[in-house]
Amino acid sequence: MLTYLIRRLFAVAVMLVVVMLAVFGIFFLIPEWTGLDPATMFAGKQTDAQALEGIRQKLGLDDPILVQLFDFFRGILVGRDYSSAGDSYHCEAPCFGYSFKTEQAVWPILADRLPVTMGLAAGAVIIWLIIGLSAGVVSALRRGSFWDRAAMSMALSGVSLPIYFTGLLSLAIFSYGLGLVSNEYTPMEESFSLWFSGMILPWVTLAFLFGAMYARLTRATMLEVMGEDYIRTARAKGVREPVVIRKHAMRSTMTPIITLLGVDLGALMGGAILTETTFSLPGLGQAVLKAIGEKDLPLILGVTLITASAVVIANLIVDLLYGVIDPRVRLA
Amino acid sequence: MTAPLHDTSAETAPVDPALGGDSTGKAIEGRSLGRIAWNRLKRDKLALTGGIVVLLLIAVAVLAPLIVSVLGHPPDKHHEDLVDPLFQTPKGALGGISADHLLGVEPGNGRDLFSRIVYGARVSLLVGFLSAMVAVVVGTVMGALAGYFGGWLDAAISRVMDMLLAFPQLLFIISLISVVPNSMFGLTGTGVRLTVMILVIGFFGWPYIGRIVRGQTLSLREREYVEAARSLGAGRRYILFKELLPNLIAPITVYTTLMIPTNILTEAALSFLGVGVKPPTASWGQMLSQATRYYEADPMFMVVPGVAIFITVLSFNLFGDGVRDALDPKGTR
Repeated sequence: MLTYLIRRLFAVAVMLVVVMLAVFGIFFLIPEWTGLDPATMFAGKQTDAQALEGIRQKLGLDDPILVQLFDFFRGILVGRDYSSAGDSYHCEAPCFGYSFKTEQAVWPILADRLPVTMGLAAGAVIIWLIIGLSAGVVSALRRGSFWDRAAMSMALSGVSLPIYFTGLLSLAIFSYGLGLVSNEYTPMEESFSLWFSGMILPWVTLAFLFGAMYARLTRATMLEVMGEDYIRTARAKGVREPVVIRKHAMRSTMTPIITLLGVDLGALMGGAILTETTFSLPGLGQAVLKAIGEKDLPLILGVTLITASAVVIANLIVDLLYGVIDPRVRLA
Repeated sequence: MTAPLHDTSAETAPVDPALGGDSTGKAIEGRSLGRIAWNRLKRDKLALTGGIVVLLLIAVAVLAPLIVSVLGHPPDKHHEDLVDPLFQTPKGALGGISADHLLGVEPGNGRDLFSRIVYGARVSLLVGFLSAMVAVVVGTVMGALAGYFGGWLDAAISRVMDMLLAFPQLLFIISLISVVPNSMFGLTGTGVRLTVMILVIGFFGWPYIGRIVRGQTLSLREREYVEAARSLGAGRRYILFKELLPNLIAPITVYTTLMIPTNILTEAALSFLGVGVKPPTASWGQMLSQATRYYEADPMFMVVPGVAIFITVLSFNLFGDGVRDALDPKGTR
């Protein structure tokens, strides 16, 4: 178990380095090739040659690429100093640079928004697992019934509907039409009930898409598992049907679901961006979109890196969950 | 003894009396996989409906200028007279649907929604198909290399695939597009965005195909017929292209048909977020993003492109599910 954990942690570290390299490549190498100059973007409209030179020096854009890479890594791990012609300032540990637009450090801006995105993602995962798994299991057990056909038609529509369309529809119906829930985001510290009311539609919208996928997968896996020999053996031994389903069938059905959950966390982040945009939630997704409009590269970089790291770490947790659910993995 | 497969006597050739004919008067015939699959697909009503709608959509996309010149108005022509000057919403019920404007008009500038939907189909299908092609080519090559040669090459390719699958793709696509300039490779504006979207969506899609191809190649290369070819002196290239590839076509087809709708959704999402095709080029995602401002006053403006995306993606999914069931009746996912 310990060696497994160490191996996994090592893999996570490698993955994080790869993510950082990819992000560095996108934001520092590609602009170089395509002739997009970060200094010009930083300076905005005023393109005084001397000011530009100052910016280039401060951001270290004239340094050799390896030095830039080293500074980039150092900034994220231990923080770095920016200095040009006298004035110098220190950028704290997870340093993603300073926003081109507001000239604030990127990390504090994003740290404010992180809880919104995390709350959205966590709530959606809980809802989609409950809905997806139960719908899939019941469909598989009552194969061909009315419930099965209804649930699977719903699931097929679910995977074919874009989040931002279901989101708008639900806003128009439940918030504007019926006035049941709030269409505004309230921070949890202010009022828990208002926060909850504002998050219901985003959660359900995001969970609908993934829940539909999981219902389809659960049904298929469950049908396969129920045909296995060990299920017949359990029944032959006189194990009661609910126990067969819970202890024997559900357990091996969970394994591919958990695998998929690990893979889908990346896609969930994409879904969260779309959901935040549709419902105007002040999370990371909204921040990144605004940053794209303003070509604020450090901010886009920060969001990309933070979400990618979150996905990598969540994947580690999912991998460790494996051991709990599937006894065959426990000693691996 | 007849084959347990269903009767296809309608198109079988008359029985050759020389064969004696069994009790049903039907000669035993060898059927190719494609033939068997087609026979199964023909009986799947939902899949056929999906396939027909897909064909219609392709026709609409190809013939867009013709259709619009007969039934619509130029997609960029403003009709301010059809819009309420105070509320910016279309005059008339249901978003201004009339014989003249089949799906109504856009709030604000009164552009004809029907022709914008028709032209939007071009963007969706173009990106959906071409990015799937990119994914298939890269995925097949990488998957076959990994599966056939094994060893460190397999380890390296498999690691890369695992990593790409777990990446927050949409975010990386967004960041990539945000550093791409407005003109490159002699293309400008929408051309650049389309090319970048096709390449990037395809790039993030190849591991899905790659994993399937790798797994299939791994199991196929140990089969007796491959061994037989090898012992007869066949080279690597011959084995890869003549022995392995034909057996990979079925799974590749299935995953390609199921990948196209996902890519269409990604394209729509990018356009919705404002990093897809640029206005005034019409795209469904972009129409929905404009509709977020009017969902209370003019819900039809959001319903029309939303339903267009839904029908397209649903038809591809139905057709893809049908193709999968037809090619592999045991397969569940």
